[in-house]
Amino acid sequence: MWADSLVLAQLSLFPELASKEGANIDALYWFINIICIVMTVLIFFAIAFFAYKYRRRPHVEAMQIEGSTKLELTWSILPFLVMLIMFAWGAQAYYAAQQPPRNAMEVFVTGKQWMWKVQYPNGGSEINELHVPMNQPVKLTMASEDVIHSFSIPSFRVRHDVVPGHYDSLWFTPSKPGRYRLFCTEYCGLLHSKMVGWVNVMEEREYAEWMSGGGTGGSLSQQGETLFAQYGCSTCHLNDQQGRCPVLRGLYNKPVQLANGQTVLADDAYLRESILEPNAKIAAGFEPNIMPNFKGQISEQNVIQLIAYIKSLAPSQPASQQGPQQAPVVIAPRAQGNNRAGAAQQR
Amino acid sequence: MATIARELPEVEVEPVDYLNVEHGWKSWLFTTDHKRIAFLYLISITLMFFVGGAMAVLFRINLLEPEGIFSPEVYNRLFSMHGIVMVFFFLVPSIPATLANFLIPIMIGAKDLAFPRINLLSWYIYVVGALFTLYAVIRGGVDTGWTFYTPYSSTFANSYVLAAAVGVFISGFSSILTGLNFIVTVHKMRAPGMTWSRLPLFVWSNYATGLIQVLGTPVIAITLLLLAFERVARVGIFDPDIGGDPILFQHLFWFYSHPAVYIMILPGMGVISEIMACFCQKRVFGYNFVAFSSMAIAVLSFVVWGHHMFVTGESLYLAVAFSFLTFMVAVPSAIKVFNWTATMYKGSVSFDTPMLYALGFIGLFTIGGLTGLHLATLGTDVATHGTYFVVAHFHYVMVGGMVMAFLGGLHFWWPKITGRMYPEGWSKFASLIIFIGFNLTFFPQFILGYLGMPRRYQSYPPEFQALNVLSSAGASILGIGYLIPMIYFTWSMFKGPKAGNNPWNAAGLEWQIQSPPTTFNFDTTPVVKEEAYNYGPLEDVVG
Repeated sequence: MWADSLVLAQLSLFPELASKEGANIDALYWFINIICIVMTVLIFFAIAFFAYKYRRRPHVEAMQIEGSTKLELTWSILPFLVMLIMFAWGAQAYYAAQQPPRNAMEVFVTGKQWMWKVQYPNGGSEINELHVPMNQPVKLTMASEDVIHSFSIPSFRVRHDVVPGHYDSLWFTPSKPGRYRLFCTEYCGLLHSKMVGWVNVMEEREYAEWMSGGGTGGSLSQQGETLFAQYGCSTCHLNDQQGRCPVLRGLYNKPVQLANGQTVLADDAYLRESILEPNAKIAAGFEPNIMPNFKGQISEQNVIQLIAYIKSLAPSQPASQQGPQQAPVVIAPRAQGNNRAGAAQQR
Repeated sequence: MATIARELPEVEVEPVDYLNVEHGWKSWLFTTDHKRIAFLYLISITLMFFVGGAMAVLFRINLLEPEGIFSPEVYNRLFSMHGIVMVFFFLVPSIPATLANFLIPIMIGAKDLAFPRINLLSWYIYVVGALFTLYAVIRGGVDTGWTFYTPYSSTFANSYVLAAAVGVFISGFSSILTGLNFIVTVHKMRAPGMTWSRLPLFVWSNYATGLIQVLGTPVIAITLLLLAFERVARVGIFDPDIGGDPILFQHLFWFYSHPAVYIMILPGMGVISEIMACFCQKRVFGYNFVAFSSMAIAVLSFVVWGHHMFVTGESLYLAVAFSFLTFMVAVPSAIKVFNWTATMYKGSVSFDTPMLYALGFIGLFTIGGLTGLHLATLGTDVATHGTYFVVAHFHYVMVGGMVMAFLGGLHFWWPKITGRMYPEGWSKFASLIIFIGFNLTFFPQFILGYLGMPRRYQSYPPEFQALNVLSSAGASILGIGYLIPMIYFTWSMFKGPKAGNNPWNAAGLEWQIQSPPTTFNFDTTPVVKEEAYNYGPLEDVVG
């Protein structure tokens, strides 16, 4: 008996809200709920009323009615107009969710069967725990080492799939200190239900203290610099025009002219692809097949460190700040699938 | 003398019908009679329904405890096989292969479907597909979910993915052949006077379903073939590690599987139109609009698949377009609900068992349809995607809708199919149990979904337990609810009281002929001189 009451005591019907953006989603959710309730009650009432009023009685025959075009148009168009409100409101919220503010703090998340690895710009990292400060927009850049995962924080009303082969991102502004659950919401195999963790929202000062406890191996870009030397990147990517490979200083978030005439933005997705599959997009003036494929050689976590290092190479700006023309979130180009003979990997 | 005297009347009383015309297993396994094939299908899909249902009962037991009762390995296989069996081997063939197979030729005044032998072939293909899938179950199951998402299914999963996929691949051809047969039959086999505007709405909805089956099913076949190529030969199609794109799989999969949702619900809508007309003794309100809405659904169903992928990183413009189109497809569904409700207006409404199922359908389908709005809306889809909200939504449509319609239709036409009645008290009781059990099972899942509980979780946080216990309790009631009709239908087949040709006083050609019908349905080809649902002279009081 006590077990039952314990279960009931924990019964919650509506999730806690702990992000600023979530208020809009909740308002929209309740707007749709109310429309649904009104429609359901109307239809149920009409059915109950007709069922009673027109119940079969002896010697009373049904009246044969063909229909009514006016009524049909009314109950097609009116609901559609109401649905247009949902559509526009929902599209607005979705658009906003893809526009991280420029001052968003960046955190990197890598999903793999069956854990979330979190990396901070200061070099610290943790597993299945995410620490974020209050009132500060946070942008997660996410990669998967294996299958599709989905990163979900119900209390923030955010979710995004983490698809292997490219970067995904989402952002939020925590608004309430506390500990909130995070889930993987795309089925990813045996221990899918164990791919869970906690988001810790801390007061700003508390967070600064927690951060200063940070990583032991230097900041994320310093870790990247070590890798840059270790993988021999520095032998070709020299800081003058003499190298056989493009200069990386000041490259981040700048347009790059490609050998095929196209121009791409040197964002995270482009840098990731150029590390793992350099031949996918060759910069104008350089030969293909000079840099080896690093696909399968470098983990997503190391790629994140390397990119952090490349970002820090912006000469005119402090390392922590991002480029001037912060582009809207670009849907990362999918893998091209060419020039990669021999890269196939058997698992 | 005495023995002869006792035997003679029996021989005379029992008229020849499609059931007693021949005996022995050969007369069933080699039959080309659409009614016998429908019966074969009915037995097969009922078996599969109870296989899939048993799995649901088992994983609902697992979810009684936050830590789970079975291992994740077992649980993952249970929900995957539940989905595969229920979607591909019950819901897709349910009404088309049984009730529509039985009724379409009769409703349009034909002797059989256009291709009787292809009809039998489709059943054999279904059986082979089902055997492959059952083989996968017996060997240890598949753990990819019914959606087979890559690269998990193509590279990582260590279960019987191929056997299950081959089963689904094969059964797809059965579905294509059924759809093809219906399309040709409706075009070419209508009796004189049976114009398109006189077709019963059940025929319209199955015609629309046939179009989707023929146009959509090849795509899932191609998709599963590509999946098999990648899994066996490591051809890089979906796995990014060998040059593929995992999202491509989702586009291909949902290009079939969203229209397939309408393969599953459109025939049910047709059943409801027939039941509403009969038990209100009245024309279906707005016949043209109801018929047209089936076709609109069939067309629009092909351009909404992207709403399954709003959180995959789909392009913003694509997402907005898919969201808009999804709202468009809501309109024809709403038209149907409004018209069924309006059909009751000034009718002569009786509450026999089929009508109880039809009213249950309207209520549950309304809730299922309306909660689709949360998922069509981009902002709220992001908050509910991949959670129990989605599970609740599609079970309200598929189980609350389609299974209710299937049972309603089965009760409605049972006297025609078997010539016998079922016990009215028990059937009303069962419909009530099913309605209560269903709501108790799936309503708590809406709440769980917005709370954030993900789908396909073997274990879950303790704060979700109360709602999960409610849901599991409901599932056990629902399970009992489904067993009761199974028992009394079996009883009725042998012992039920004779039904007569038209126990419901229904309009429609199927009620003008003998119960059960003879092998060729009609002695002479009927000539149709009236509209569908001619329950009396039309009074032109258009409001």
